[in-house]
Amino acid sequence: MWSYAFKRAGTTAVTLLAASIIIFAFIHIVPGDPIYVLLGDTATPDQIDALRHQLGLDQPIILQYLTWAGHVLEGDLGRSIFFQAPVLSVIADGAETSILLATMTMIWVAVIGVPIGMIAAVRHGTWLDQGLSGGAMLMASIPTFWVGLYLILIFAAWLGWFPSSGYPSIFEGGVVNLRYLVLPSLALAAPNAALILRLTRASMLDVSREDYVRTARAKGIRPWQVVRRHIWRNALLAVVSAFGFTFAALLSEAVVTETVFALPGIGRLVVQSILRRDYPVIQGVILVIVVVYLLINLIVDLSYRLLDPRVELQ
Amino acid sequence: MLTVCDLTVSVGPETSPVDIVAGVSFGLAKGEILGLVGESGCGKSMTSLAVMGLLPQPGPRVRAGRVLLEGCDVTQLQPWQRVEAGHGRMAMIFQEPMTSLNPVRRIGDQIAEAVRVHEGISGAAALVRARELLELVRMPDPKMQLSAYPHQLSGGQRQRVMIAIALACRPQVLVADEPTTALDVTIQVQILGLLRELCNRLDMAILFITHDMGVIAQLADRVAVMYAGRIVETASVGALFGAPRHHYTRGLMDCMPSRNSGARRLPTISGQPPLPGTVAAGCVFALRCAAVRDECRVAPPPRLEASQGHEVLCAFPLAGGGLP
Repeated sequence: MWSYAFKRAGTTAVTLLAASIIIFAFIHIVPGDPIYVLLGDTATPDQIDALRHQLGLDQPIILQYLTWAGHVLEGDLGRSIFFQAPVLSVIADGAETSILLATMTMIWVAVIGVPIGMIAAVRHGTWLDQGLSGGAMLMASIPTFWVGLYLILIFAAWLGWFPSSGYPSIFEGGVVNLRYLVLPSLALAAPNAALILRLTRASMLDVSREDYVRTARAKGIRPWQVVRRHIWRNALLAVVSAFGFTFAALLSEAVVTETVFALPGIGRLVVQSILRRDYPVIQGVILVIVVVYLLINLIVDLSYRLLDPRVELQ
Repeated sequence: MLTVCDLTVSVGPETSPVDIVAGVSFGLAKGEILGLVGESGCGKSMTSLAVMGLLPQPGPRVRAGRVLLEGCDVTQLQPWQRVEAGHGRMAMIFQEPMTSLNPVRRIGDQIAEAVRVHEGISGAAALVRARELLELVRMPDPKMQLSAYPHQLSGGQRQRVMIAIALACRPQVLVADEPTTALDVTIQVQILGLLRELCNRLDMAILFITHDMGVIAQLADRVAVMYAGRIVETASVGALFGAPRHHYTRGLMDCMPSRNSGARRLPTISGQPPLPGTVAAGCVFALRCAAVRDECRVAPPPRLEASQGHEVLCAFPLAGGGLP
């Protein structure tokens, strides 16, 4: 167990190093300059040089990287050029929205996608299965912004059940503020639940053709017990890893939904920071996202160990 | 104990079904081992799955015929329906012990599950019975193995677990579909010995499916030889090996290597079995039979009784009197 943790930490460190170099290099290859964003068109060359020197952007790029990496190792992600605030606090503001939004979305995905996928698999070949699978295909094909706009139209504009945009922090307004995330999480859940539905269905059908399912049937146990005791858990193995990656993707890539619902999430933060050439924020956010992916990977691997006794942690 | 009458298993549309098992009949007496032998694709596995009610769905179906377990009609019944109807005392073991056990559940759990269905006992009592069953199949260290997972066991041990699961219903009939084919020869001998012993001790009948004539000779009391979905010859092991009457059976025996066959090439039966659905009028073996006559290609062969309990599906069977 400990040797596993040690090895895992080692590979994680190497991945992080490689990722940080790539991030840094790519951002500085992209044309554009934060100085012009900050000072506008009217700045004099002297002002520009002064600010460039102040931000350390006149240094050679390798030196800039080493300075940045040194600070990161000390837990300091630097200051945002645009916000004039520590990068960590900028990310923390976005992370609250993104984590809550992704979690709420995954709850929808789990309670809608998995059970309906199971029903489709058990009834496979019937009109019910064809209806559910076809519906899932449709949901997976509709763009999220379209679903989002219709949710706003129906549940915010007409019915007035949920707010249409924005998200005030739950630390300021209390848990009731979660209602701001209901519509965006439903919009995000639609295509993801559809994919999980189809994956659950396919995985259950795969497992139901296994020899040990025939053994279970030969024992004389009832069909639904065969599903519950023998098919379900084995089929879940494939679904668990999809869950992990969906969650990670939702944290960082919900940009369209965040824009439609005007949510201050991580996805929008990245895009806006790229437009502003806010280098420290871009680097910081992407580094955090890489760490999140690595963590989720680890959690998926650990949960495999719980679900499948054949998996040894090595 | 088990009577199968005119069992026909078909695939394809209702209007133009293709028979992969065509009118198979046999009986199985108490404590008897019947070997069902034939080459790959002859329908022997489909016969065994149809008898058990385990045909894959959607897929082949029983189109005609009856399966009687102790005189009760269990045709078309899946195992759980048979248990509900009170005819649960038939079990099956399979060819692949490596994949026939659920990899994520403990051995004891998987045996106890079968015990619970058939004995109506729960929890700890079922586990005690599971341990007894492991002892019955001569599993080394049964108490430890209850909490083991399938991947921690060898192939032979897993097949013993499969047999233990099958014995949970105190079966009167055990269907064994090539249970030793995937095992090493030494393990194979052990498992065959175990099956023989259980058959005697528990007064259980076994329908033993195999393609291996050697295993039949070693284990079975009676033999049914299958070809292209039909049983072409039925006899006691002694009678069949002493004097096969069907040309196909004779061909199979000639193909068996023996210790004094030396370095000479083994004979083969030329050609291939007909594909299901392509069988024309007449005898299914006509295309490959060395002694084929014109009549064989026209009319289906009669089922002749060559001697007491020795039936052959051939218009011109081989003469009795032993192999030359």
